[in-house]
Amino acid sequence: MKRIKEKAIYFFFFFTGILAVIILLGIFLMLLLNGLQTFKDVRFSDFFFGTVWNPSAYKESSYGILSMVVSTFMVTLGAMVIAVPLGIGTATYIAEIASERIKNFLRSVIGILAGIPSVVIGFIGIVLVGPFIAKVFNLSSGLNALNGSILLAAMSLPTIISISEEAIREVPKNYKVASYALGANRWTTLVRVTIPAAFSGIIVSIMLGIGRAIGETMTVLMVTGNAPAMPHSFFDSVRTMTATIAIEMGEVPYGTTHYYSLFAIGAVLFLISLGVNLVAELVTAKYRGAK
Amino acid sequence: MMKFKRFKEIIGFGSLILSAVIVVLILGIMIFDIAAKGFEAISLKFLIDFPREGMTKGGIFPVIIGTIFVTIMTTLFSIPLGVSAAIYLSEYAKEGRFTRFVRAAIRNLAGIPSIVYGLFGVAIFVQGLNFGTSVLSSGLTLGLLTLPWIIATSEEALKTVPQDYREGALALGATKWQAIRSNVLPYAFPGILTSSILGLSRAAGETAPILFTGVVFYLPWLPGSVFDQFMALPYHIYILSTQHHAIDLVRPLAYGTTLVLIAIVFMLNLAAIILRYQLGRKYKK
Repeated sequence: MKRIKEKAIYFFFFFTGILAVIILLGIFLMLLLNGLQTFKDVRFSDFFFGTVWNPSAYKESSYGILSMVVSTFMVTLGAMVIAVPLGIGTATYIAEIASERIKNFLRSVIGILAGIPSVVIGFIGIVLVGPFIAKVFNLSSGLNALNGSILLAAMSLPTIISISEEAIREVPKNYKVASYALGANRWTTLVRVTIPAAFSGIIVSIMLGIGRAIGETMTVLMVTGNAPAMPHSFFDSVRTMTATIAIEMGEVPYGTTHYYSLFAIGAVLFLISLGVNLVAELVTAKYRGAK
Repeated sequence: MMKFKRFKEIIGFGSLILSAVIVVLILGIMIFDIAAKGFEAISLKFLIDFPREGMTKGGIFPVIIGTIFVTIMTTLFSIPLGVSAAIYLSEYAKEGRFTRFVRAAIRNLAGIPSIVYGLFGVAIFVQGLNFGTSVLSSGLTLGLLTLPWIIATSEEALKTVPQDYREGALALGATKWQAIRSNVLPYAFPGILTSSILGLSRAAGETAPILFTGVVFYLPWLPGSVFDQFMALPYHIYILSTQHHAIDLVRPLAYGTTLVLIAIVFMLNLAAIILRYQLGRKYKK
């Protein structure tokens, strides 16, 4: 009796344990099955390489996602240009220079920043960053790709900082001591020894930051202007993949090509985030192996 | 040459300090702006009144209640499942290829965009299981979203339990489950509780997963069952700041709502920190 009970308990925990795998597969299958329905009506190449997204056009609807893929990557790239130097700089400062008190203070600042809901960051983009950009660059509206990049930078900073900091902190002390012994000063040691030693951890932090930026919905939805066209500069209004789903899913009739095409975009997003995570996993595994 | 090197060092360290200062400023400016303008909008009436006159007046009472309701739904779903999964990984699973695969799945689940969870919620809960757009559908969707976080952090809490605790119980003839229940879980409890609260504070602020699974802009009554639609703070902020017909007129209300959301998130975080400290002391004795 006791053994049966123990077995039952084991199977319960085993089931909940593998639930994550089931959910991951379930999400993928759901996106795939719904998304593939799109291609009954839309040619594969038109979907991936078409630049016009206009599913509700009166005459001929078009389902090209290239503009929004470019928009997503453009906003993400902008965010990384800002967040990577800032994040690594802050992480280095916390790990190598700051006193214990400043360290704790900065860590709680980063914790709080990480906890701020994306819709609040978007709100700040509307009330503060937007008007600021409009004023500085003399534009009629500050709702554009640049605004999105700035906010996404703020959102990915906590990820980049906390993971990079850990990586830099874990660099063995004798690396540094050896460098000092060879006559290098603190800065040279940092740039030539410590940071290169922590490099793979830093790469992981950047990959996860990119993943966060690509998948973010509310901030970009609120501040990038959402014009569904191919962007030409950071001052253009852009509409990302996530924003397109958010805008159109609420109004689209169930079971139409338009409905399925939104799942197809979701599938593309899913695969991109899976790819980004996989790179992070591989770098981590290689790093662990080398240790 | 020496002088140049020294100069480079000063510039280098200066730029590191500068980046830390910028990060602090980003948070500082945000909090300051929201707090300063939000306080003007908040009064007791704002917190306990219904929205009036097309949202331009009145309060956000049903919005707060909606967020609390859906967060409780999320809790009921994700914490039992998440903690059980963590118990499996920490206590039962043998390290090997399969377990590594499960862990990789959890990490990947955490990286999936929240809007994709929203799509999943529509396809499975709203339409597949026919729960409609409701507190239930949104709560389950948010539950899935927080699950990887709950699993990862609970497992970490379980890992801090000394091995002796398990072996001691087993040596006295306890079964594996008895050992877990009487010796492992109580010790890990403060950590699990803390991380669960943090996970919930994230769920409370999420917008994308509830967009098409149950949230609505306006309801003249409070949600009475889990099959009702609801209003929620993050969605309210989104609508007031982007979709409202009189955006400038409702700006103070948007600030007020934002401050309330941030205050809830902070209070949950603070509660987590205090609980960890208090319970940690009690159990370690």
